[in-house]
Amino acid sequence: MSRLTPENVEVAKEIIARYPRPKSALIPLLHLAQEQDGYVADDAMEHLAELVGITPAEVLGTCSFYEMFKREPVGKYMINVCTNISCQLLGGEELLHHAEKTLGIRPGGTTDDGLFTLEDVECIAACTEAPCLQVNYRYKYKLDNADFDAMIEDLRTTNKDNIPPHGTLAEQRQHIPADKLAGIGSPEDTTTPEWFSKRLPVEEPKEENA
Amino acid sequence: MPTNTYVDHAPGYVDNEGPKIVTSRFGYEDSYTLERSLATGGYEGLRTALTKAPADVAAEVKDAVLLGRGGAGFPAGIKWGFMPPVWPRYLVVNGDESEPGTYKDRLLMERDPHQLIEGCIIACYALGLNTCFLYVRGEMADAQERIGTALNEAYEAGLVGKNIMGTDVSIDVVLHWGAGAYIVGEETALIESLEGNRGMPRLKPPFFPAAKGLYHKPTIVNNVETLANLPWILSNGAQAYKEHGSEASPGTRMLAISGHVNRPGVYEVPQGVVSFRELFYGDNYCQGIKDGNELKAFIPGGASAPWFFDDQLDVLLEAKDAGAAGSMLGSGAVVVMDETTDAVKACLRVVRFFARESCGKCTPCREGTSWEEKVLQRILDGYGREEDIDLLLDIGKNISPGEYPVAAFGKANLEAVPFPPKQTTICPLGPSSVAPITSAIRRFRHEFEAKIAAGPQNDGHSQAPEASTV
Repeated sequence: MSRLTPENVEVAKEIIARYPRPKSALIPLLHLAQEQDGYVADDAMEHLAELVGITPAEVLGTCSFYEMFKREPVGKYMINVCTNISCQLLGGEELLHHAEKTLGIRPGGTTDDGLFTLEDVECIAACTEAPCLQVNYRYKYKLDNADFDAMIEDLRTTNKDNIPPHGTLAEQRQHIPADKLAGIGSPEDTTTPEWFSKRLPVEEPKEENA
Repeated sequence: MPTNTYVDHAPGYVDNEGPKIVTSRFGYEDSYTLERSLATGGYEGLRTALTKAPADVAAEVKDAVLLGRGGAGFPAGIKWGFMPPVWPRYLVVNGDESEPGTYKDRLLMERDPHQLIEGCIIACYALGLNTCFLYVRGEMADAQERIGTALNEAYEAGLVGKNIMGTDVSIDVVLHWGAGAYIVGEETALIESLEGNRGMPRLKPPFFPAAKGLYHKPTIVNNVETLANLPWILSNGAQAYKEHGSEASPGTRMLAISGHVNRPGVYEVPQGVVSFRELFYGDNYCQGIKDGNELKAFIPGGASAPWFFDDQLDVLLEAKDAGAAGSMLGSGAVVVMDETTDAVKACLRVVRFFARESCGKCTPCREGTSWEEKVLQRILDGYGREEDIDLLLDIGKNISPGEYPVAAFGKANLEAVPFPPKQTTICPLGPSSVAPITSAIRRFRHEFEAKIAAGPQNDGHSQAPEASTV
């Protein structure tokens, strides 16, 4: 739908400056676009292409490889139920099945009110807390059916854990003050850091062969 | 004092008896803050490192025999030595932890980000480079939050960035994050992803990262846990490090033990001296199989590892022992299956993972993994054909030719085939999909045959089959 807002363009420029080549910033920038709109819009991809200096097709090429990027609007809350082996052993598939019935949608679907999108996902790294899920990439551990229903009810009403809408990952961004930056050079700059050259071991003078 | 219980603020972590090298701060609720880190010896390893020559720091790490904790177990000190004397060069931290069963790196990033940042700076100093990229898995929002905050604190305090600790040493650490792709855990795919591309592995040779990595410049890719060991090694010395663990594998490992055990959890375990039997049944670890059931099988090193069984319970957590026994310790993920487990269903679930995560670059993997999945699904549904078992093994041979690594089976007089497998693909993802198939068929062939013979069953699933296969 939309291009990046002026505020987000400033954020984008700061991110791009942290990389030796602008294209390296592409995945963080796609996340920024998704944070702004809840999904990665076509216009946003074109805008990113301009900012990074590549073609929109290249942006799409990268974007379409990664599962977290949604190119269509999704629910405010993305419910990712793990069904991989550790969770399967302890009821992950049953939890997913319950989620389908409760929300009335299949994995990949979104509820009519636009609140929830359900996905069955691969291992989300909480295997000892099975069965587990993530809501917008925030963990919920060891859920039974009642826990799931209570969680959905809470998200519909108070959202007591203040889970941000889909698209927002870390709420704290990295920020490097200009006077603290060591300096990120170009890949074409072949100089050895001065501090390293100074600390190279001094080679013992070799005795000449008589 | 270890409490030998779960730690409330770090879900999953068990504070058991034993040396604490990377989890020493996990007992503190505020372990992730700079204040707590500095109050408990944080950044002292870096201070020590900065008083030495970079080459001496590298020598110390090499002397400590710090084995890579990402899966391959290659010594970090030797890996560092592969870098040609060419600049610029980069350090990339692999925090794209997504191997099913594994979650040590997430805890290390969430609970003690400063320890990791300190480890990064020590490695950069030893390698003489000034730019480090810390690649965190996309789905780990909390870890990104903690590391981002920690980096901001560390920059402000002069522990990272320009003139570190008042010296002339200047090193930047940039937080980068992914967007959901298991394959990006492979180091060349990680580099592709960091360049802003689709995360597909590169061919080796010529793209060995140490020589031709990020932007085709020398690059070291190290795992989070590997780097988290560096502060301790620099503070206490390589000799002290080698007092823990075994001679071949000094130090500790973080192991995530999940599935059917009484106390699943993440434990810091001395390497090379503890057996799987002790892990599963010992009081200090998992305290027995769930509900007093019998053990059926276990995966010793993440979904990519061939399965072990009761025959292998006395194998030690030593890479060469596990390799000779037909599997690997991999990424420190142990998944335990008890007698109630349906071997076909578990096998299908692991194979389905590889089918979904195949990047599609190599034909044997792209076509083979999804074919394996389809055949296994129809066997589970009761529509399998008699020839399907041989078909599965044959598809496997096209992804991984020759004898596939598999554990010994004493009762049937079948010997182990040692690790690693051969591969017709660029990276090991495709061959990994063969592991559950050969393991399950060798040991539980009768279960496959029974499902094929029985035909379609109404109760073949705990749910409708289409529900979980979208």
